[in-house]
Amino acid sequence: MPLVVVGAVLAAGPSLYNNLAFLTTLTIYILLAQGVNIVYGFTGYLPFGFVGFFGAGIYGSSLAIVYWHVGGYAAIGLGALTSVVAAVIVSPLLRLSGAYFALATLAASQALYFIVANESWTFGESGMSLPLLFSPTALYVLSVVAVVLTLVVVVYVRDSHFGLSLRAIRSDAVSAAMAGVNVVRTRTIAWLVAAALAGVAGALWALMTSAFYAETPFDLTISVYAIVFALFGGVRTVIGPVVGAVVLYSLYQYIGISNPQYFELIYGLLIVVLVLFLPGGLTSLVGGRGDRPAWWNRVVRRRSAPEVTP
Amino acid sequence: MRLFEYALVSGVLYGLFYGFIGVGLNLLFGVMRLVNLAHGDLVVWGGYLAYSLTTSAHVNPLWAIPLSIPLALVGGLILYLITVPRLRRAEDTETSSLILFFGVSQVLVALATMKYGTNQVTLPELGNPVMIFGQPYAASLVASAALAVPALALFYYYLYRTRLGLATRAVMANEEEAVASGVRVRRVATSAFVIGIAFAAAAGPLATFMLGGINPTTGGGLTITAFTIIIIGSLGNPLGTAAGGILYGLASSLTQAYAAPWTGMVPYALLLAVVLLRPSGLFGRRVRVA
Repeated sequence: MPLVVVGAVLAAGPSLYNNLAFLTTLTIYILLAQGVNIVYGFTGYLPFGFVGFFGAGIYGSSLAIVYWHVGGYAAIGLGALTSVVAAVIVSPLLRLSGAYFALATLAASQALYFIVANESWTFGESGMSLPLLFSPTALYVLSVVAVVLTLVVVVYVRDSHFGLSLRAIRSDAVSAAMAGVNVVRTRTIAWLVAAALAGVAGALWALMTSAFYAETPFDLTISVYAIVFALFGGVRTVIGPVVGAVVLYSLYQYIGISNPQYFELIYGLLIVVLVLFLPGGLTSLVGGRGDRPAWWNRVVRRRSAPEVTP
Repeated sequence: MRLFEYALVSGVLYGLFYGFIGVGLNLLFGVMRLVNLAHGDLVVWGGYLAYSLTTSAHVNPLWAIPLSIPLALVGGLILYLITVPRLRRAEDTETSSLILFFGVSQVLVALATMKYGTNQVTLPELGNPVMIFGQPYAASLVASAALAVPALALFYYYLYRTRLGLATRAVMANEEEAVASGVRVRRVATSAFVIGIAFAAAAGPLATFMLGGINPTTGGGLTITAFTIIIIGSLGNPLGTAAGGILYGLASSLTQAYAAPWTGMVPYALLLAVVLLRPSGLFGRRVRVA
C-alpha cells in the first residue's frame, strides 16, 4: 500500500513541482535515509559516517565510467559494489558500541575522503568530470524505481524473519544469540544492505552531477541530513524516512539555500525537540504501530510480526 | 634535525592545549555517557568572547578566560536542566545524546554565523616570540601551553582531591553502587556537566591563538579531535587525556612537518587505530567492546 502511494506521488512529482534536479536529489536523500533506517532503526548502530558509503558509491561509479567506459546501469551496479566492499572493510567497527561506533565510522569516512582528495588517480586535485549518460528525466525515472525497490527491501526487513532477528538483536543481543540468532551475520547483512543503498544513491548522484570535487561527496552534513530525515519521519517504519526526507528537504529548498544559517538554526532546534519529545518521529503521531495506523490494521486485519520489546 | 626538533617542541605545546580541550569532554562522557558533540562549538564560543572583548574593550584577550567561566556555568546549568533529565530516560541515552548535542551544535554554529559572519576571526599576537632550544615559538603558543598546565592540574585536583571528585569517580565507576553508598548522583552529575562545559569555554580564547583564528565551523573538527584524545587517553582519566593530547599534538605536528597534505587525516587515523586495537585507550583498565 505505502509502496504504491510513494511510487505514484514521486511519479507525479514533476507535474507538481517542475525542478528535476531538486526531485532527483530528494529521491537520493530518501535512499540514504532508508539506509540509515536499516542500520540505525533496525540494529541500533548510529552510522555517523554513512556519507562514506555515499562517497564510495560516487567514486566507484565515476571511476568505472572514466577508466572502463561502462554504461550507466553498470556504473550504478559498480557504485553499489564499491560501497559494499567499503562496508566489508570497515565491518570490524561493528564490534564497537554506541558513541565509539558512531565516531569510528565518521573517522573512517573522513579518512576515505583524505585518500580520495589527495590521490591523483581519483582526480583529487583536478576534480571529476563525467559524460552525461542519462537525460535528467531518465535519471529521475531511474531514481524513482530505485526508491520503490528500496521500499520493497525495507518492507521485507520489517516484516520478515530476518527483520525479527534484527529487532531481537537490537533489544538484547545476548538473549537473541541464545535464542539461536546468528548475531554477527544478521547484523553484517543489514550493514551491507544499507551500504549498497548508499552506493546506489551515490551512483545516481554522480550521474546527475557529472562534475565535482571530493569535498561534496564526503560532506558530513549529508550523513547528518540522512540521519535527521530518518529520525524525523520515524525509524523502524517504511514510510517514515520518506516523509522525513520530503518534508525537511523541501524546507531546505525553501529557506536553506538562500539563508543557510536560519535553516541550520531551525534544524538544530528541531533535532533537540525531536530527541526530547518525539523520539518516535512524525509517524509515531499517527498512532498504531510504526507506519501502520490503528485504523489500517483494523481494516485489513493484517497479521504482523510480533513486536519485540526490551 | 632542526625541523624535527621544532615539530617535537610545538607538538608538546599543542598537545597540552589539546589536553585542556579534552578534559571537559572526558568528564561529561565518563560520568553520564553523554556524547557532547557541541563541545568544540562551546570552545569556539569561548574564543568569540575573547574576540569581542579585544575588539570592543581593547583588553588582553586572556581576560576572557575568567569571564567565560561564570557564563559557561550558568549556560551549562540551563542546558542541563532542559536536556539531561529527559535524556536519561531515553531508551539509548548515549546515542540519543549524540544526536541531541549535534542539534545543540547546529544551533551554536547558526548563532555564531549570524553574529560574527563566516569569516575567520583572529586575535592580536601577545608579544615577541619565545626562544626554546634556540628556535622561536609564537608567544601565544607558549602562553596557551603554560595556561593549560594549571588548568589540567586544577582538573586533577577536583577529581582526586575533593569530596565532589571522589563522588564523581564513584559515579563513573558504577552509578548504581554509588547511589547505594549514598552518593547524590543527580548533584554530582549536574556539577560534572557544568564543570565540563566551563572547561570547554575557558579553552576557547587559547583555541583562537592555537588554530590561527576561528570561524563558526571550527567547532566540528575540534570535537572530533577532542574525542580522539579522550579515547586515546582512556575515559575518566585526566592524566590520560593530557598524555593523549600530547601524543596527538606530536603526531599532528610531525605530519605537518613531513607530509603536510595528510595533516587533516591524523585525528581520524589515530581514532580508528585506537578504537580497533585498544578500545580501552592507552591508560585504561576496563575494555569496553560490544
